Amino acid sequence: MITAAAQEREHYLNASYGLKSWLLTKDHKRIGLLYLATITLFFFIGGAFATLIRVELLTPQGDLVSSETYNKLFTMHGVMMIFFFLIPSIPAVLGNFFLPMMIGARDLAFPKLNLLSWYLLVVGGLFSLYAMLAGGVDTGWTFYTPYSTTYSNGYVVATALGIFIAGFSSILTGLNFIVTIHRMRAPGMTWFRMPLFVWAHYATSLIQVLGTPVLAVTIVLLFLERVLHLGIFDPARGGDPVLFQHLFWFYSHPAVYIMVLPSMGVVSEIISTFSRKAIFGYRIVAFSSVAIAVLGFLVWGHHLFVSGQSLYAGMVFSFLSYFVAIPSAIKVFNWTATLYKGSISFQTPMLYALGFIGLFTIGGLTGLFVAALGIDIHVTDTYFVVAHFHYIMVGGALMGYLGGMHFWWPKMTGRMYPEGWAKLSALVIFLGFNLTFFPQFILGYLGMPRRYHAYPEEFQVLNVLSTAGASVLAVGYMIPMIYFIWSLRYGKVAPANPWGATGLEWKTSSPPPVHNFEETPVVTHGAYDYASLMAEEVEVG
Amino acid sequence: MGKFQLFPVQASTLAPEVDHLLYFLLAVTVFFTVLIFGAIFYFAIKYRRRSENELPHVQHTGYTLEILWSVIPFGITMVMFTWGASIFFTASKPPNNAIQIYAVGKQWMWKLEHLEGQREINELHIPVNTPVRLTMASEDVIHSFFVPAFRTKQDVVPGRYSTTWFTATKPGKYHLFCAEYCGTNHSGMIGWVYVMEPMDYQNWLSGGAAEGSMAENGKKLFEQLACNNCHKEDNSGRGPNLVGVFGKQVQLAGGGTVKADEAYFRESILQPQAKIVSGFEPVMPTFQGLVTEEQLVQLVEYVKSLGPKPGAGPVDNGQKPAPKKSSNAGSTPANR
Repeated sequence: MITAAAQEREHYLNASYGLKSWLLTKDHKRIGLLYLATITLFFFIGGAFATLIRVELLTPQGDLVSSETYNKLFTMHGVMMIFFFLIPSIPAVLGNFFLPMMIGARDLAFPKLNLLSWYLLVVGGLFSLYAMLAGGVDTGWTFYTPYSTTYSNGYVVATALGIFIAGFSSILTGLNFIVTIHRMRAPGMTWFRMPLFVWAHYATSLIQVLGTPVLAVTIVLLFLERVLHLGIFDPARGGDPVLFQHLFWFYSHPAVYIMVLPSMGVVSEIISTFSRKAIFGYRIVAFSSVAIAVLGFLVWGHHLFVSGQSLYAGMVFSFLSYFVAIPSAIKVFNWTATLYKGSISFQTPMLYALGFIGLFTIGGLTGLFVAALGIDIHVTDTYFVVAHFHYIMVGGALMGYLGGMHFWWPKMTGRMYPEGWAKLSALVIFLGFNLTFFPQFILGYLGMPRRYHAYPEEFQVLNVLSTAGASVLAVGYMIPMIYFIWSLRYGKVAPANPWGATGLEWKTSSPPPVHNFEETPVVTHGAYDYASLMAEEVEVG
Repeated sequence: MGKFQLFPVQASTLAPEVDHLLYFLLAVTVFFTVLIFGAIFYFAIKYRRRSENELPHVQHTGYTLEILWSVIPFGITMVMFTWGASIFFTASKPPNNAIQIYAVGKQWMWKLEHLEGQREINELHIPVNTPVRLTMASEDVIHSFFVPAFRTKQDVVPGRYSTTWFTATKPGKYHLFCAEYCGTNHSGMIGWVYVMEPMDYQNWLSGGAAEGSMAENGKKLFEQLACNNCHKEDNSGRGPNLVGVFGKQVQLAGGGTVKADEAYFRESILQPQAKIVSGFEPVMPTFQGLVTEEQLVQLVEYVKSLGPKPGAGPVDNGQKPAPKKSSNAGSTPANR
């Protein structure tokens, strides 16, 4: 690996130049980078909204912005972060880039469809951005009827249309992944030799393909109701406002697993690599991803415990919700057991993965609280729920995403990030996150409702702590942004396999050639076979 | 700056029950968090990489551990489920001796009305140690009636009656919040629940400027809207006689029966065609848009008061409120 040679070698980044070579690319790796740029932009827009929310909540009085503005801020924060950052994040960036490489394929099954998916996300995002600039929307990201259909003055239709369009991006990506995993595996890459990242994406894709159309239907109904006054959700016309909640959560609960399953896949790769051991109970962990995807479709009613749904429906949904806890618990135990007698090193990706386990454990365990009917009556629609889902979606999904970004950054760019700064920022993010969201559990149990612009004075101390944490967190997110860009030019040149990982993506050069592999790899053993990897290295010398 | 709190006050019979379940869940959470964090830290230190070329050799066969850590957590979660469901079940069933109060949510205030006719906005006065049943309606969007000190919350969905109940255990002043996002001034839809000694409550009830009880006001409305033109007490009207109907099973045209409860009367006023009483023509016009939710509950209370058995007093124990007479005059049906 001579630096000069690596510089001159042709790879996917220097094979062609110019805007056109990017905007019309069919290379899954370049499309992954297009997604990266897009969702990073959306993340920082969503983050700016969050910053304003937290600053407003420093004082009990609603004194920084008006109530109307505040309501728009939390709505747009939710819409941006969920539909335009978290849902695409790992699948569209890391999945796009690495899923084909990990199974030894040259590309996804439908490269043009893959490019179309990116354009759909961009167009959807632009619609929602337009709605925000034109005047905003104040329904909350949940769009509950009849507020969204009859009473809100915001740009509900434009925002919802943006989400509708982005939904097709999600469906097509899922479809592409499913077909790719079925049809494009390299010789010898059997189902149970696939890395767990691929299993997690398979499960995620199932949800995307089966769940997202329901969201699309729901948005169409919302549109018909708001514009044509159809009456589906209007009690005066024999409709039912709660029907909307059923339809919405039928997608939006599984959507939580769209966000967190890929992150679990990333964590499995990282834990294995940095303890140089196969994931403990590989098959169980693989199946638990699929189990989460399937069970995730059966629990939507736990969002409706106090909505007036029948008592017995509430009990069934509570019961089923506890079933989802089991495969999640299995994963946490199995990751922990993987560390046992491993050879553990602590580079940045590992710090994020361990951080993920910690935060996901707290997020998951507090899920048991909200699934308990008796407690949910008290904590639903309070900051307890806000804290719980941020532990899952930021503490879980986002930590996994950042861990994955650090893990694969050398492969994607051919450059190493600065390890010291990266470790520092991982620590800052972990501490900032807990300081931001832990006080919110207490606030919620005290009874502070969510989506409150002003609040009673006795809640102030905890809100100040939370805002202080958010400032730390914001700094934590800025640092990687800076050093990642810095590393593109000044980072150390990355070797093909800087971590000693077993995946096929590490068997090709960094950055990879246009067609990923010089010759199609033939797979002879399972994922995470460190013994054979080290034997090969000895042979090669 | 207000007083700093870590834990909410317990001021209802439900509160300690919910909190006990919380303690159990907290104990489980702390146990597993310590277990997992402890294991991670222990392994991370003990098995840290000591040389670049070391290769761990661990054979993992069988599924004993996985079965163990699936079955044990599952057992624990089933305890949580059963415990939580039993609390929820109690919290969903108002006792028969509860006093009845009505609440109407609208952007952005809570309007409350006692059977005696006392009306309040964003304030609710109730007696201590007495079960209170709230029947709630919304004028516009979904709201949610939330009293943290009582650990109780119920969404108020437009187009139907929602019910909640609680028994306050400590006199005092407690927050009332709207917990379901309802638009611009959602965080201003707040108020206070005043829990009073029974004597004080009685004084409060008789002290205000109530203009007649709910049933009396309902009766006036019944006449103003000319409901009495058709719903006559001598069975000669074009609509069914409403005396003694509340709480009974009503025979419907085309077969089937329906229980004549609050929801049934509400629906019959707003969507008269939805359920036609056997033996009558579907001639009643809708009153959708003509009566507010507050007037509706007065009408319902009036119909409830037309009970078959004589009784007295404000306490509603399900189906035998104070009897009231209605006048019957005129012959044309009310129309829009």
